[in-house]
Amino acid sequence: MIRDITLGQYYQTDSVVHRLDPRVKLMATFVFICSLFVVDQAVGYLVAVLFLAFAIRISNVPFRFMVRGMKAILFLLVITFVFNLFLTPGEAVFQVWKLTVTREGISMAVKMAVRLSLLIIGSSVMTLTTTPNNLTDGLERAMRPLQKLHVPVHEIAMMMSIALRFIPILLEETDKIMKAQMARGASFDEGNLLQKAKSMVPLLVPLFISAFRRANDLAMAMEARCYRGGDGRTKMKPLHYEKRDYAAYAVIVSYLAVCIAVGRIVPWAKIL
Amino acid sequence: MALILDHVTYEYGSGTKLLVRALNDVSLVIPDGQFIGLIGHTGSGKSTLVQHLNGLLAPTSGNIYYNGEDIHDKDYSKKKLRSKVGLVFQYPEHQLFETDVFTDVCFGPKNLGLDKKETELRAFEALKQVGLPDDCFYQSPFDLSGGQKRRVAIAGVLAMKPEVLVLDEPTAGLDPKGRDEILDLVTSIRRERRITVILVSHSMDDVAEYVDRILVMNKGSICYDDEPKKVFAHKVELEAMGLSAPQVTDMMYELKKAGWAVDTAVTTIEEAKREICRFFPALAGLETGK
Repeated sequence: MIRDITLGQYYQTDSVVHRLDPRVKLMATFVFICSLFVVDQAVGYLVAVLFLAFAIRISNVPFRFMVRGMKAILFLLVITFVFNLFLTPGEAVFQVWKLTVTREGISMAVKMAVRLSLLIIGSSVMTLTTTPNNLTDGLERAMRPLQKLHVPVHEIAMMMSIALRFIPILLEETDKIMKAQMARGASFDEGNLLQKAKSMVPLLVPLFISAFRRANDLAMAMEARCYRGGDGRTKMKPLHYEKRDYAAYAVIVSYLAVCIAVGRIVPWAKIL
Repeated sequence: MALILDHVTYEYGSGTKLLVRALNDVSLVIPDGQFIGLIGHTGSGKSTLVQHLNGLLAPTSGNIYYNGEDIHDKDYSKKKLRSKVGLVFQYPEHQLFETDVFTDVCFGPKNLGLDKKETELRAFEALKQVGLPDDCFYQSPFDLSGGQKRRVAIAGVLAMKPEVLVLDEPTAGLDPKGRDEILDLVTSIRRERRITVILVSHSMDDVAEYVDRILVMNKGSICYDDEPKKVFAHKVELEAMGLSAPQVTDMMYELKKAGWAVDTAVTTIEEAKREICRFFPALAGLETGK
């Protein structure tokens, strides 16, 4: 059940996207997210969808796999849609009970839903094609200038990679403890809200204990290997740009240019 | 009255290329009262198999019957099944959560909807049976030693009065003394409660001395299903699977190789002793002090 969440997971295969430098992918994701909030026209979204489709196509990750990850946030998507639909003031279209659906509301709700789905699929392309280690390496390098402002960049990156590493471990542990308690007759989906909350105790107590135990072990193992922070630390696999990375940057810049241009050249395409 | 697996197949991550077939067409009959050892190396599918026995995992294809009823029928109560087929997970002490030992053991029977008196009676009985000293009953389970914690966890399942007790690697991470104590405990539970016991392990030495029947798993299938002696006769095949015969059997093979025509179908230390004494009567004399 828990294994079905694909959001933030890595999908192992070989593709151009997988081989790109993580900094490029971070940048691309950042640009893509920005573009989603800059464009305002249907054509703009079309460009974004095409770009995303292209990225997915060359990443060799099956689309089904990404959609499965979407299920987890379907709830969020529905809530955003409903709230925007009913709570945007403007020209009324029709009424349901005491709630008014407005023209602006429909437009906003659709826009938000499209934005959110693109945003999530877009960022999952990054996480699906980049190992967590690579990702934090890229992040560390990209944030390096901040070190001058005394931002503990290395520590942040280390915490992030540890946190990411712990997610699957804790998920597996949760699964195991749940099963163990179910074998003792516990059920986690019965009764009202209070009973459900209460039934979490036999799950959460062992989970916390195990998380602390693991954290302790990890700290010990790191100390045993003389870990002492980022000063003077070198990398086993230093990041450096290849030709394909520069090409990818070019693609990203042209995508951004197209996004901006399309809004100016075809103004008639403004939705609603 | 038995537990029957009929062509059970189970796949992890079906529909992706990460598909793993953890169980491959397993058919099995587990009659009442048998003491079974389930053996296989890491990743052979033992744990997946035992999680099917009490309905924690549902087979991708195939059926499982307990006392003639399909356990995945819509109106079959999983909770009742889990009280009948008790499963003790690997490192069961990691599932303890209550403030004191006694309350933790009460968790199982309480979930079955028993009244307070019956619940406490069963918890008391179970704790007595696993041999936990009385003064530990109201301590925090986290203050106990590793071996004691494991006893408490086993008591937690025993308190549900299962008819089939499945233990997944109950001796993992224990020292030799703790290991022997747990195995002796399991045999005494079986003797006193007259229940079916399935002992999962990757150690032949653990099971050879105790069980009536051994199931050997490899790559999701059951490749041997026989009494211990007959299974250990396949020493070479077992070694190819990353398993081994008990150490005493190994020793007898070595003796035979060295030119002594001893019987290699020996699985326990007691049998080995008898066999060696047969060959070297002088040794038997030494032992009895003559």
